[in-house]
Amino acid sequence: MSNELSPGFANPVADAQSCFRAVLDAMARPGRVHAISGVSAPPPLCDAAAAVLLSLIDQETPLWLDPAVAQAHGWIAFHTGALVVEPTEAMFAMALALPDLAAFPDGSDEMPETSATIILQVASLRSGRHFALEGPGLREPRILPIDGLPADFPAIWQRNHGLFPRGIDLILCAGNELTALPRSVTIREA
Amino acid sequence: MKGYNFAYLDDQTKRMIRRGLLKAVAIPGHQVPFGSREMPLPYGWGTGGIQVTASILGAGDVLKVIDQGADDTTNAVSIRRFFARTAGVATTTATAEATVIQTRHRIPEKQLREDQIIVYQVPQPEPLSRLEPSRIETKRMHGLADYGLMHVKLYEDISRFGQVSISYDYPVMVNERYLMSPSPIPAFDNPKMDMMPALQLFGAGREKRIYAIPPWTRVKSLDFDDHPFRTINAPHPCGLCGATDSYLDEVVTDNHGGRLFVCSDTDHCSERRAAGHVGTDGFQEAAE
Repeated sequence: MSNELSPGFANPVADAQSCFRAVLDAMARPGRVHAISGVSAPPPLCDAAAAVLLSLIDQETPLWLDPAVAQAHGWIAFHTGALVVEPTEAMFAMALALPDLAAFPDGSDEMPETSATIILQVASLRSGRHFALEGPGLREPRILPIDGLPADFPAIWQRNHGLFPRGIDLILCAGNELTALPRSVTIREA
Repeated sequence: MKGYNFAYLDDQTKRMIRRGLLKAVAIPGHQVPFGSREMPLPYGWGTGGIQVTASILGAGDVLKVIDQGADDTTNAVSIRRFFARTAGVATTTATAEATVIQTRHRIPEKQLREDQIIVYQVPQPEPLSRLEPSRIETKRMHGLADYGLMHVKLYEDISRFGQVSISYDYPVMVNERYLMSPSPIPAFDNPKMDMMPALQLFGAGREKRIYAIPPWTRVKSLDFDDHPFRTINAPHPCGLCGATDSYLDEVVTDNHGGRLFVCSDTDHCSERRAAGHVGTDGFQEAAE
């Protein structure tokens, strides 16, 4: 392991803005894939996941880190200043495999916005199993291929969506691409 | 601008607002609290909308700001100048050229596109505020989707006046779940929110709330089967451009009862006049 930290965004203000706009558009139009630039990620993170962390995480957002991300812990701590916490206290999570959603806060009926957002790094958003998404933001069902989700993902998501307005939101990252699955969408295998 | 961050707000504030916006989009119509900052203009002048705009704006954006449909009123001019100065972004008055449109109390007549974002300035985000003053109670009502109180208000209006007596800020149901204030836009504009291709964001600075409607989302104005929602508009064509389908302002022109009805959307009106449409009080645009 190298002792040198790689830099964050080349242009912190502009790069964070364009990454946020990509996430916002992906959240508003679930499953739309955006490409990200401006950062070279520390292993094992992909560029998109690193960019999302730099754009949204700071000392105000308790973060849960997948043990598999340990190698990048120093980079995340230095660039975001986030407090690393247990899943039950997390506002955000950085995971390399889908964690147990039930372990994270899903908000309350009166304050559903207090639920966690999970940044999930997957193998690909261009190939893999095809899912059909439906819900607000989608004029017609969108087909999204995702490689790197557990086999029973549609059932897991159905439980999460069934909690609406409570529920977890997912930001999916692969390579330099990202998309989002807000709790409001329904997902079935296509 | 020297000494300030891009678009005035510091990046930590922007991150806080951005996280709120993402949650707001994920829960269409739900009001998300945020730490509203002091801005260089007072609450009531669009500070909520300005903070949302500042958090989403990038160097490549083209900004349009309207106040009651007009690009040339005080509020619109000062906010447009504020962002031209603090963010250096391009500004426009043409609806079609804008990527971000900040608005006070109107939706442009021209249909918005997928690649546009509209930001509403909101004075009172809580649609139930006039019926139930307690925030704790209204929060509970939203949590339980218990909107009986609003239906009673509409029913009482109909039994007393024969119609719903709300002409602006007409409450809507978003995605069949949340009762939402559309901000004080005329009820005339409500149907434009339904299945709009553009993302709609709402900011209330004094009340410290953000909410959103994703594109292609059902937005239904509250009504009853036997008293369906209807829009109201002055029964006149625009005096300047002759439009019969736009929302009109009534302008008093003299002390003898003179009236002029003109499009509230100034860009829509001037575009029509440039295309050769003339109303009864207008004149032919000089040929260039």
